[in-house]
Amino acid sequence: MKLFPIRGGIHPEYRKELSGERAIEALPLPSRLYIPLQQHIGAPAEILVSEGDLVKKGQVIARRQGQISAHHHASTSGRVVEVTEIPAPHPSGLPQPTIVIEPDGRDEWVTLPEPIADPFAAAPEVIEERVAESGIVGMGGATFPSAVKLNLGIRHRIDTLLINGAECEPYLTCDDRLMREHAEAIIDGARIMAHTLGAPRIVVGIEENKPQALAAITVAASDFPNIDVAALPVKYPMGSERHLTLAITGLETPARKLTADLGVVVHNVATARAVHQAVRLGRPLIARVVTVSGGAMREPKNIEAPIGARVSDLIDFCGGFSQRPERIIQGGPMMGTPLPNLDVPVVKGTSGILALTAAEINERPADPCIRCGACVNICACGLTPVELAAHIRHDDLEGAAKLGLADCVSCGSCSWVCPSHIPLVHYFNYAKGALNARDREQRKTERTKTLVEANAARQERIAAQRAAARKPKAAPAANEVPS
Amino acid sequence: MIGAETTKSGPFAHSTNTVRQTMFTVILALSPATLFNLYLFGWPSILLFGVTIGACVVTEAICLALAGRPVTHTLSDGSAVLTGWLLAMTLPPWAPWWIGVLGAVFAIPLAKQAFGGLGQNLFNPAMVARVALLVSFPVVMTAWIAPHPLFSASAPGLADSIAITFGGQVPDGVTAATALGYVKTELSRGIPVFQSLVEYGRGSNLTYTPDLMDLATGYKPGSLGETSAILILIGGLFLMRRRIITWHIPVTVLGTLFLMGTLFNLLDPGRFAPGLFHVISGATFLGAFFIATDYVTSPVSEKGQLIFGIGVGLLTWVIRTFAGYPEGMAFAVLLMNSLTPIIDQYTRPRLFGRTRKGEPLPLKGKA
Repeated sequence: MKLFPIRGGIHPEYRKELSGERAIEALPLPSRLYIPLQQHIGAPAEILVSEGDLVKKGQVIARRQGQISAHHHASTSGRVVEVTEIPAPHPSGLPQPTIVIEPDGRDEWVTLPEPIADPFAAAPEVIEERVAESGIVGMGGATFPSAVKLNLGIRHRIDTLLINGAECEPYLTCDDRLMREHAEAIIDGARIMAHTLGAPRIVVGIEENKPQALAAITVAASDFPNIDVAALPVKYPMGSERHLTLAITGLETPARKLTADLGVVVHNVATARAVHQAVRLGRPLIARVVTVSGGAMREPKNIEAPIGARVSDLIDFCGGFSQRPERIIQGGPMMGTPLPNLDVPVVKGTSGILALTAAEINERPADPCIRCGACVNICACGLTPVELAAHIRHDDLEGAAKLGLADCVSCGSCSWVCPSHIPLVHYFNYAKGALNARDREQRKTERTKTLVEANAARQERIAAQRAAARKPKAAPAANEVPS
Repeated sequence: MIGAETTKSGPFAHSTNTVRQTMFTVILALSPATLFNLYLFGWPSILLFGVTIGACVVTEAICLALAGRPVTHTLSDGSAVLTGWLLAMTLPPWAPWWIGVLGAVFAIPLAKQAFGGLGQNLFNPAMVARVALLVSFPVVMTAWIAPHPLFSASAPGLADSIAITFGGQVPDGVTAATALGYVKTELSRGIPVFQSLVEYGRGSNLTYTPDLMDLATGYKPGSLGETSAILILIGGLFLMRRRIITWHIPVTVLGTLFLMGTLFNLLDPGRFAPGLFHVISGATFLGAFFIATDYVTSPVSEKGQLIFGIGVGLLTWVIRTFAGYPEGMAFAVLLMNSLTPIIDQYTRPRLFGRTRKGEPLPLKGKA
């Protein structure tokens, strides 16, 4: 099919061969599961169990609260041994409430909701509800609650559902393996999502470096004339939602708008499979495929791990480290984050666990910028990172904002390409955070000011009323109309 | 405020590019042309070449030490060597040693370190030095010599060469005019360009006779490293292949110069030299591939580089044609350097999802 070029982009060392040929293996049940209440964008789920409760596999143990939130389920049967705070799988390592389950080894399912017999005859609300009840979030890493995204069909006319199988991050092969091994489930899930959104057309986008995945998906989609498979050029960040939309549909999403405003919704392949399982089997999202790889990993693998398994469980399953890793990260090397320790759990957004060597990271102290312009040429968003960084270094955050800081998707290509090893994207993330904090501060000040003024006005009014009340009532106003 | 310390945030992968590798790749690309010219102009040019680079490295080291910066680490980035190399390539090959040293002082402390060091200078250091030397010492800086290849009968030995470079004792009868200089002088005497070109080719009143082929291969008088258009072209293509430079600046510089030359030559061949002559003469190739493409002093965006290259080509032609100097590449580059910040400002790429003016793109036909 006809594709459209995207600006810039880079070709990092993909190293997908480390794990690409390893079929998905199930992780043996760990001794403990740690299920955080916050594994998604939005409000944390509300806890439904307490210490000592017995839970079954697939039982809801935390309920979504608010518009944007997600259910969480027990990944296996067992006993809730603790509800505690443990460090989150986030570079901050901040503690967050977590349900600790000790598996009983029986792996016994709760009574699951009935499969939806004919999802294509079901009302969109029914599917949405099932997806929400199943705790499905965007599994490409963004972890946005999927039901909310399936809702977009109500306010927008959606004509295309894009299934994102680009997997443009180096090392990661979890989506590749899913597409090779579960192509039919992915296509079925995609069709259910398209039905829910009211989207007549589906395009699955897969980078050309995954020929087996392309072949498997093409076969699985061959019975459905409304599904196209797009072989995308290999280029990072092709999997970015807006860039994928541009490459496949030729539509450029305006700043501060959603792809849905153009009639396009993007879902990840793993999300499509999760929807298939929820609708066809009644199964909630309690496991995901994680690529465990990196030059320091003894035996890289693609592992289907229960949500809540610790990172160390997965690493042990891969035979531990072959050498001392310089850094252990979650996600891909471009946008992934360092892990605070190995006891953090696998959550719904964990696509990869990489143990990288110093040579792979190739970190060096920054040299002066030589204005080579590489960052300008590769920026997929059309930014001038060299200029933005200069503004931020001098604490001129507003200057950086004027040059389009908010349009940066933090893909990290500029940092990757910089011959001087300047941590450009780190500058931008810092500046975005600092500007947000300033904004909040300013709003707070304004709010305080409004409240103070309102309070003063109220006091004045009360004083005036009291003064009026104190006046003798003897002399009614002359113009008072008798009733 | 953000600190300069290395961070714990991603990406946790990096291209193999480094500043040092970039600088040494450029040096490698310069090598064929340099070696050819060092052979062509013999020992005096080798001595001057060494003195110039040495002086650049020493002045850089002194500046870094005075500024309290890490001396060996910064020197190892290769930028001082490259500046010295480029400067040497633009000097008359038998110029005395102090030209190289003075050039280094103009290039490194004044043009580069005074602005804040690598990456901070507005003007190309080698060109600042060359122009400062040219206006200060016009006679020494235009004393071109005919080729005296190493080991040939006419080549000075090492002892004579030391006398030439360090004693300023240039023997008689070795100087020669460059083609650009000859045509300019003759034109001022009323000899039309087409005639002086033929004369230059025939070598009347010259000690050395180049033909057109020599002009291109570089067996001709000229600066220490600029005479061989073909070897410089090979180096430039190598840099493009290694993605150190893109085609934008070289092609626009050469193209503009060629177009202007050809156009005006067609109008009045007696007054204006042909386009091809402009392109293969003087510092054109060196300037187009190695000087104008200097990262620090040229625009960062490809569109900006197109404007920059056109400007360099145009100004070079204007200076060569209308100004007092036969060669204008250095002046043209410096003038365009001064425009780089403003070109950068007006040639930013369009932001994704926004119009050129920075407004969000309109939604077409959808609410």
